[in-house]
Parts: sequence; C-alpha cells; structure tokens
Amino acid sequence: MANTYEAIATVTVGSGGAANIDFQSIPATYTDLVIKLSSRTDRVATNADCFIKFNNDASNLTLKKLYGAGGAASTGSSSSPAGGIGTSNGSTNTTSAFANTEIYIPNYTSSNNKSYSVDAVQESNDASAPIYATLIGGLWSNSSAINRVTLYIEESKNWVQYSTATLYGIKNS
Amino acid sequence: MTQHKLVVDCSTGVTTEVELTAEEVAQMQADAQAYADAKAAEDAALEAKAEAKASAQAKLAALGLTAEEIAALGK
Repeated sequence: MANTYEAIATVTVGSGGAANIDFQSIPATYTDLVIKLSSRTDRVATNADCFIKFNNDASNLTLKKLYGAGGAASTGSSSSPAGGIGTSNGSTNTTSAFANTEIYIPNYTSSNNKSYSVDAVQESNDASAPIYATLIGGLWSNSSAINRVTLYIEESKNWVQYSTATLYGIKNS
Repeated sequence: MTQHKLVVDCSTGVTTEVELTAEEVAQMQADAQAYADAKAAEDAALEAKAEAKASAQAKLAALGLTAEEIAALGK
C-alpha cells in the first residue's frame, strides 16, 4: 500500500505562548492537506473561537457550521464567524484540558475556490462547562494555490504551552 | 505584552519564534474587532428571533390555544 499520508511539519507551543501558528512554504506536491490540532488558549473564558486563514488572507472566507454544547444539551447552526475552525479551551476551563481539532483541506493547489472541513471538540472533564462540539464546512473563495496556513484565536489571544499542530500532506496515489 | 508567532518553514522543517510586527498586531486587532462586530450582530439577530417567537406564542395563548397546541405548531 502506498504511503499517502505524510507528516510535513509539527509545532509545539513553548512557555511564552504564541498568537499565531503559521505554516509557510507548504510544498505543492500533495493532493490534500490535514491539520491535527491539540490546543488550549489564554482567553479568560471557558472557550475561545479559533480561526484559519490561507496565504495570509483573512477575507473571502465563508462557512456553515453545526454545533452542540455539552453543559446543557443544545444544537444550532450558523454561518459565522468567517474562517472559524470551532472552539478551543479558555483559561478558566479545567486545568490542563485541551481541545482537539481536525481540519481537512482538499485540492489545496487547485485553481478553483478552496473548501475546508472541520471536526472540533473541547474537552473539560466537567459537566458544568459549556463545551462545544462543532462541524464546519468552509470556503475560501480564491483561485491561488494554498502555500501558507495560519491558525489564530479571537481577541488576539494566544495558544498556550503544549498546544500542538501537525500538518499532514495526503497523496492520492 | 509582546506577542509572538511560530513560523514553520515547511520546506526545511525549521520552526522560528518571531515577534509580531506592529502591522501584524494592527491586523489582528482589526480581525478581532470585525469578529466581535459579526458576533454581536448574530447575537442580536438570535435575540430578536427569540423575542418574536415568545411574542407569537403569547398571542396564540391569548387566543385560547393550550401550551401543548402551541408546541405542536413548532414541530
């Protein structure tokens, strides 16, 4: 079986935190990209909305999402925030609990608009916290090949220490 | 507080911690404000929708519908 799933790069946030995780010079030699993110933020809340932008362009992004909150069972759908990739844990959430996120970006070198999908869930081990599970279908309306992916947080907050992101490339053969 | 970004050069695998430039900080603040504005608009729309629903339910109740009958209309 062909080895079609390769780790391109992994980054782990250090003690000082980081506002952005910025994958640059992404090779165009794969068919799809996947980002696996284990994260926590310093936003003073139980959760923080997180975002993606491509080629340093935060515009021309749209989405539809479905989400559920665990503290009191509920569901909803929304078309905002643009560029969203779901929620991560904030600083008031259970200590050392991290959120898990997977972002799939098919045909990232295509000259068509680029879609992306997200499966994100927070972890808290605390039934009282409003913990979100989110599914997202997103679109970046731009014909350029993606060579840069940036992950960041609402209110200009920081990813905290031990947050880890791995960028994978997937080949179709 | 000075903020940093982690730049991963995927062609070399090298990760560098870089201080955000003034331009990048300004862009982050603009993005954050745009997000806050969009979120506020969405919250206001949801609140207005909830208020309209409550108002409609109150009017139906005033016409004599039971709570069960009103709930059945929403299914």
